[in-house]
Amino acid sequence: MLKHYNIDGQDFSIAGEASSDFKRRLKKLGISPDVIRRVAIAMYEAEINTIIHGGGGECDAEVSNDKITVTFTDHGPGIKDIDLAMQEGYSTATEQIRELGFGAGMGLPNIKNYTDDMEIETEVGKGTVVRLIVKL
Amino acid sequence: MKVSEYIKLGGYELLTKSDYGDREIDGCYTGDLLSWVMGRAEEDNVWITVMSNINIVAVASLSGAACIVLAEGVSPDEGVIKKADAQDIIVLRSDKTAYELCADYFKFTNNDKL
Ligand SMILES: Nc1ncnc2c1ncn2[C@@H]1O[C@H](COP(=O)(O)OP(=O)(O)O)[C@@H](O)[C@H]1O
Ligand SMILES: [Mg+2]
Repeated sequence: MLKHYNIDGQDFSIAGEASSDFKRRLKKLGISPDVIRRVAIAMYEAEINTIIHGGGGECDAEVSNDKITVTFTDHGPGIKDIDLAMQEGYSTATEQIRELGFGAGMGLPNIKNYTDDMEIETEVGKGTVVRLIVKL
Repeated sequence: MKVSEYIKLGGYELLTKSDYGDREIDGCYTGDLLSWVMGRAEEDNVWITVMSNINIVAVASLSGAACIVLAEGVSPDEGVIKKADAQDIIVLRSDKTAYELCADYFKFTNNDKL
């Protein structure tokens, strides 16, 4: 199964829609609850980052024989220091974003904890690609 | 414990249209930072929070929470209940503090999880 989603960078009220839709599809495919939960958590964090940091973008989600691969692509500001960004609690989110409950600096660490593999390709001023893999 | 029993024991207010009363609860988590909830709450937990914006629905849905309990009598933002109903998420409310609601849960379950 291959799914493509556009991630709106303006509308916070629909944040998580791609993750919710993909979760429903995984359920229908009969994927194990543990795998679904891990994909849902990691995907939500990446989706939120695409919105609040990347200004919106795209998501491609694929189920193959042995794994689930989800890729988020944005053309936002990029990440200057990936090691720093991966640290628990590090966040550049604005006060306004924090008031919504985001910006705890736990998104990337959550993605790492809940996936089997994660890759970040980023260039300052160009954008960011985050790929997460959960094995079946 | 089922959600219906939990609502009755606590005298909580049901804001969504159905309590899906037979939904099983297993454990309890409290917090307002969404990434903490995503990363630390467990499947079928009661989630106690004062965060009341629309994003709590997706977080509850994706983390597998049994229900959301809004503490301190907070009112959900516009659209929250409609979205929760559409996604079969149960939202409750109480005037109690998050601490008191956790203490309630502790009492109802005879401390069997701590
Ligand atoms: N897609 C992205 N584009 C630009 N910066 C990003 C992106 N994703 C993450 N970051 C940077 O990494 C930091 C840490 O991300 P994360 O752990 O998800 O925490 P949070 O989103 O709560 O700030 C962010 O504050 C931001 O500076
Ligand atoms: Mg984040």
